[in-house]
Amino acid sequence: MGAMSAKTKAKTQESEHAALGLTDDDVLEMYYYIALARALDDRMWVLQRAGKAMFVISGPGHEGCQVAAMWPMDKKKDWFVPFYRSVAACLVKGMSPADLLLGLFARANDPSSGGRQMPGHYGHPGVKILSTSSPVGTQYPHAAGIAYASTLRKTGEVTMVAIGEGGTSQGDWHEALNFAGVYKLPCLFIVENNEYAISVPLRKQMAVGSVAVRGAGYGMPGVSADGSDVLECYRVAKEAYDRARRGDGPTLIEFRVPRLGSHSSDDQQERYRPKEELERVRQRDPLKTFGAYLQRAGLLTDARKQEIADRIKREIDQATDVADASPEPDPTTGARYVFAERGAADA
Amino acid sequence: MPEVRYIDAINQAHHLAMEHDDSVIVMGEDVGAKGGVFGATMGLLEKFGEWRVIDTPLAESSIAGVAIGMSVNGLRPIAEFQFADFIHPAFNQIVSEAARMRYRSNNAFGCPVVFRAPYGGSHGTALYHSQSIEAFYAHVPGLKVVAPSTPYDAKGMLLAAVQDPDPVLFLEHKRMYRLVRGEVPGGEYTVPIGPAVVRREGTDLSVFAYGWMLHETLQAAETASKEGINAEVVDLRTLAPLDKDTILKSVAKTNRALIVYEDNRFLGYGAEVAALIAEEAFESLDAPVLRLGGPDVPGVPFAKKLEEWFSISQEKILAAIRKLAAY
Repeated sequence: MGAMSAKTKAKTQESEHAALGLTDDDVLEMYYYIALARALDDRMWVLQRAGKAMFVISGPGHEGCQVAAMWPMDKKKDWFVPFYRSVAACLVKGMSPADLLLGLFARANDPSSGGRQMPGHYGHPGVKILSTSSPVGTQYPHAAGIAYASTLRKTGEVTMVAIGEGGTSQGDWHEALNFAGVYKLPCLFIVENNEYAISVPLRKQMAVGSVAVRGAGYGMPGVSADGSDVLECYRVAKEAYDRARRGDGPTLIEFRVPRLGSHSSDDQQERYRPKEELERVRQRDPLKTFGAYLQRAGLLTDARKQEIADRIKREIDQATDVADASPEPDPTTGARYVFAERGAADA
Repeated sequence: MPEVRYIDAINQAHHLAMEHDDSVIVMGEDVGAKGGVFGATMGLLEKFGEWRVIDTPLAESSIAGVAIGMSVNGLRPIAEFQFADFIHPAFNQIVSEAARMRYRSNNAFGCPVVFRAPYGGSHGTALYHSQSIEAFYAHVPGLKVVAPSTPYDAKGMLLAAVQDPDPVLFLEHKRMYRLVRGEVPGGEYTVPIGPAVVRREGTDLSVFAYGWMLHETLQAAETASKEGINAEVVDLRTLAPLDKDTILKSVAKTNRALIVYEDNRFLGYGAEVAALIAEEAFESLDAPVLRLGGPDVPGVPFAKKLEEWFSISQEKILAAIRKLAAY
């Protein structure tokens, strides 16, 4: 953060978000989404441990930057191309907790895949979230293609795509940034760097300290922000979004985030991460840091915090019930939608 | 009807598709100012401009991946791979993404992309400009694979592919570009993706082929007829989804089957056709189903004599026809 905002911080704590153009309601709602994503995440893991779900992959620690980056986006108009840790981003974009839990339970009305994909493979045509696959990195060229179409069709849409730092080693990642750089596409290329690709640490993934420096290789700005500083994440995302809207091209954004949980429910991070490190990253939990900011700003009283927690619990309980009561896919539908069906409206 | 070369038919289809529909774009290496290394996209840049005729960076995976993204956001891309041999870096995008998008999203998203790829052995094009790739892709549900053999079909099937709501791998045997001519209407028309067609009626045996092999097979069948062997020749045209009915109907009539394909033999496209006939037409067979494919070596070698050794010639097809007829 620049000298100006540091000064502002010293003078008046509460005006830091206002200086970025965010209202009190904005930041409280951002907090709500971060807390909602965390609570939903916790619920998914509990359900998995209880045998109600086969598998969980999620993003504890990533919520702050995801909510912040999604905040400037036009939720109806703009596109989002997610990855498996995009729980909070999908919620802000317009998926409901029930939508995500329907995927966890692999139910027929799971909007992501109708129970066809493993949990965590989000997608929703209604809110312009493109379907996700499992091979890492393939989504990056898709985002460039979507953004190219937006430019050619003059729709004014902006596309945001997300990936972890491990995914930046893929050729597709490079090819997408190169293409988007050449055509100055309205795209936000997000890298959520939690320093681990499953168990492989950052130092074995890349020879540079920050993904952001690679932006220069594609003729686009590369910026890096601390994922536990939610307002800073918002600031860089907003700048990139405005840049895209102005037609000035894409931005590569690295969010340095703590990975608070294991890679997935099939992983035990204690086996390859030292205890002290796990202690340390917990201090960077965006739920805590942003909560603390809001408390300092006088916006998040204990009563308010409880109120939000109660609301979230109600919503997630309800979503769990709805998802749990939903029917499983009919096995006779297994052969459908290999191709568009004759007579059906073209998707 | 004017007679045109295969490549001209492909070029005409591009022009018509782009004139007819603003959402159709063309992308690939050298498709712009050069008009494609074979001339398939000649004249498009001048007419439709740089944003609809995209000279892409030299990166095949993103040619496919970017096309997929375009297709979910309202465009109808025709993506050219300069040679089928260079499509392999895009395998993941085509197979994991384009082919699976509709199924995995439960019909929420589809990928109407045409992937064009010039394939097959030509004169002196060796291991990396001669490959036949159809077996890799025809194996994948969710992807349509076509290999038209005439200018008429090439134009009509390319126009059909552009209108198709699903991804189509469009294979053009390079040998045909300038060698094969045929009558082609000037305007728009489509030839449906799916149905095979009987190119030569016969009674003694059925030969199944596609692409350039169809032409070699027709010549061989002509020679065989002079020897009293009356071969039926079926042009498969669409390799996936396969027109089983036309194949089975032909075998029911002739009781003998030969599949000719230029790819190396082992697990090549002919294996599936042979298996289909063995399973579903066993009782009509008077002879074992034969496959004539290329040798199982890693590619077409360069030196002329080696290339001839590899290639499926009329003589080799004729020998296989004689063998099958004599069984």
